Amino acid sequence: MTATISTTSVTPTRRRRRSARLSPLLVAFVLVPFAVESVWVFWPAIQGFWFSLTRWDGMTPPTFVGTDNYVELAGDATFRGALVNTVIWLVLFGGLSVLGGFGMALVLQKERRWVGFYRAALFTPVVFSLVVTALVWRVFYQPDGIADTLLRAVGLEQLIRPWLADPQTALYAVILPALWRQIGYVMVLFLAGLKAIDPALHEAARMDGANAWQRLRHVTIPQLKGVNAVVLSVIVIDSLRSFDIVWSLTKGGPYHSSELLSTYMYSTAFQSLRLGYASAIAVVIFVLALAVILGYLVRAFREEAS
Amino acid sequence: MNKLRTGAFHTGMILLSLLWLGPVLWVVVMSTRSFDDIAAHGVGSLPRSFTLDTYRQAWTDGGELRALINSMLVTVPSVALSLGLAAMAAFALSRFRIPGRRTILLLMLAGNLLPPQILLIPVAKFSELTGLYDTLWALIAVQVGFGLGFYTFVLHGFMRDLPGEIQEAATIDGAGTAQIFTRVMLPLTRPALAALGALSFTWIFNDLLWAITVLRTDDNMPVTPALLALQGQFVSSWNVIAAGTVIAAVPTVAVFLRFQRHFVSGLALGAVK
Repeated sequence: MTATISTTSVTPTRRRRRSARLSPLLVAFVLVPFAVESVWVFWPAIQGFWFSLTRWDGMTPPTFVGTDNYVELAGDATFRGALVNTVIWLVLFGGLSVLGGFGMALVLQKERRWVGFYRAALFTPVVFSLVVTALVWRVFYQPDGIADTLLRAVGLEQLIRPWLADPQTALYAVILPALWRQIGYVMVLFLAGLKAIDPALHEAARMDGANAWQRLRHVTIPQLKGVNAVVLSVIVIDSLRSFDIVWSLTKGGPYHSSELLSTYMYSTAFQSLRLGYASAIAVVIFVLALAVILGYLVRAFREEAS
Repeated sequence: MNKLRTGAFHTGMILLSLLWLGPVLWVVVMSTRSFDDIAAHGVGSLPRSFTLDTYRQAWTDGGELRALINSMLVTVPSVALSLGLAAMAAFALSRFRIPGRRTILLLMLAGNLLPPQILLIPVAKFSELTGLYDTLWALIAVQVGFGLGFYTFVLHGFMRDLPGEIQEAATIDGAGTAQIFTRVMLPLTRPALAALGALSFTWIFNDLLWAITVLRTDDNMPVTPALLALQGQFVSSWNVIAAGTVIAAVPTVAVFLRFQRHFVSGLALGAVK
């Protein structure tokens, strides 16, 4: 990001004059949006933490129970399963979409014939909602659907199973559509980053006799540092937020085999009506996300300062 | 050798593109098959019939029309309001020395990065308390509140980099703060606003979680949750479900095609910030 002249970089005397002219209108410009976000985000977030220390069915007033909910979580097998699934989700969905997106960006970065079409094809699913994505893939997994037809065509019919209804495959059958939609998105982020790299750097490395792998390792990847940080944050936050695709395909089943923390939290809250316990699950998701958000903010802060 | 590599590149990419576009095309084709055809030959077979009655069924019997109207009633005001409010905050925070502006900006961004799960229960309860529960107003309010932080952050970065002289000149010409905002800054911010507009349209239109958190009645549901309900209503009518899916996907695809350039630059905007 290049720093250009702006009001924040004018001489000190002008600065003082401007701050003295802080009009009520400007104050409103900041306060109104901030108030809206406070009412719908900041205050609910604080309440969420408080609710996690209560037992509450939504009808009668919440009763304070201290850390009981967290103690119960520690012994809850469904919660542990959802936690493990969330980590699997993070590693497989996150890792493969970064690898796939980065790989596709590298392959498709050079302008040549048809590249625009290939990029558009990979990007198309990004504009669909996850519910649409889920329905598209449901057709794929359906008994006698595309997956089964393809397996039969290559003589592997012994592999055929009810993909979404088999506890052994349900989680992975849900990750696949999520990946299908995410790879194009990550690819676009990396394409933007690759475009910003000065071609002279590659030229210089080539002159020094670096091969393609060395140029990737020592020129491209270090130059992408900024984009990498963003992609990492986006991926981790997206993984922890993932809900729509699981909810549309399996609702976390069968037997919680594709349950994520987000789906377990939702069904605990709005189907079992255990609002205090569900809040405690939400706090766990928050803590997991916090580490990433802090990393993101530290970076944003540093960029602000420079 | 070079020719061989080019050939391999295109063969590989065509296969990959097919893997990405194939399932979509399959659903589009399936939406035009008759029920009997699918019942007899399965969803995995090639079409042996053609009908558009599936669209009528999804549109009227399935309630997709009502759902589309709800979606637009939520999405359009939400996009306008959140971008308007975000532009105001970004303008004040980027062009004036407001005390604590960096803290305010980062706090607003942090709000957007929160996992929504922590907000679901309090937001549902708060909308019950205010009588907004199960109305589209609640969905608009929460979409605006939750999106604001990110839009403000991106617009702030954009406005900060606009040259200061323009504002100085307008001030010397006697323009007030409000005029500088509406006549000078907003027109200059158009590219960023268009990019965020296209992005936020798809985000809000495609949302499922907030809709099923603050809404309950089927008649109030936007397209995304309605599509799930359609699936329950037409259990084995895959052709009608496919038609409903196509209907639900058309608005975002249309926005994407119309604002393609902005859309991709919007994603990149978020990445470079």
